[in-house]
Amino acid sequence: MSVPSTWSMFRWIVWRDLMLAWRRRADVLSTLFFFMIVVSLFPLSTSPDPQLLKSIAPGVVWVAALLASMLSLGRLFANDYADGTLEQILLTPQPLYLIVAGKVLAQWIVSEVPLVLVAPVLGVQFGLSQNTLLVLGLSLVLGTPVLSLIGSIGAALTLGLRSSNVLVALLVLPLYIPVLIFGALAVDASIAGTSPQSHLSLLGAVLILAVVFAPWATSAALKISIE
Amino acid sequence: MICGLLEPAEGDIRWQRKNIRSLSEDYFSQLTYLGHRNGVKDELTAIENLRCASGLSGIELSHEAAMSALRELGLEGRELLPARSLSEGQRRRLALARLKVSQTALWVLDEILTSLDRAATSLIQTILATHITNGGIALVATHQELDLSAGSSQRIQLSL
Repeated sequence: MSVPSTWSMFRWIVWRDLMLAWRRRADVLSTLFFFMIVVSLFPLSTSPDPQLLKSIAPGVVWVAALLASMLSLGRLFANDYADGTLEQILLTPQPLYLIVAGKVLAQWIVSEVPLVLVAPVLGVQFGLSQNTLLVLGLSLVLGTPVLSLIGSIGAALTLGLRSSNVLVALLVLPLYIPVLIFGALAVDASIAGTSPQSHLSLLGAVLILAVVFAPWATSAALKISIE
Repeated sequence: MICGLLEPAEGDIRWQRKNIRSLSEDYFSQLTYLGHRNGVKDELTAIENLRCASGLSGIELSHEAAMSALRELGLEGRELLPARSLSEGQRRRLALARLKVSQTALWVLDEILTSLDRAATSLIQTILATHITNGGIALVATHQELDLSAGSSQRIQLSL
């Protein structure tokens, strides 16, 4: 029997989830449009004073990113659970955390990367300078993978429960707060003309922590949920 | 429970004298499980489903090998259709195609004959017989009669 290569299985799971997302593009686009609409509502509903817009911009974009990422969390494991593929995945002969990492990576590419790409364009509505837009993008690049990783723990824990979507939000949103704070502070610092480097470094540190620990926590939660 | 997803209330389940809970991945590489849910993705085509499921269990399956496995299970001409458009019996056959390409020693099959016609049932019997002759183990739970003449088989009747 051939020795199962961990790398090839990782590729398979990422390929599979990307393919599934491609076949259900509407779901992906709805997340993106949700993000764009929520962010655009603020400049429309508050006064057009540039100073005010500038000062609320980091918070608004970040909160919208958190909410948008909640939307796609429900799909992370629920569909696989419903059609029995999750059982099959749990019974594959390689460490579960790698599968989880693969799924989270695919989820990030599908639902968060479009947000990161579109955020600087939305930032223009708030009159942010070019430099600040760059910092905004960078903070999202560092922060959104953490959202996916932490969210996967919540999604795994609430798997198979009724009204799991609401429960995921209650579980996961408080855990998102550090990311929100550092992300928004980095953009704030850039608007104020100081260096955002310390906040971005902290975001990076949170990302490393999440990459190391979240897949383990998610695998453990999945095992509990399936029992 | 035998798949190691549930913990037994008491005692433990051993595979080659080792508790399966501590073996985990080594044990899973010997195991193929088919439950009453097919484990078939609606959005993927039949062949993608088979190659992906097989790839995840550690066997890289070439396009041709997957095609011929599907053909043998009577899914000829439907290889490139998304699983959503297959009938219940055809989805079942697609799930069973995984057995055809699996290289594991232990098969745990739960209600495999549901929504299959007689031709498919006899096909399953042949597949099972080949597996057993090759020294494999199959644990089958079923409501229908399953005729297994090859090798040694043990029938446990559970009446409620």
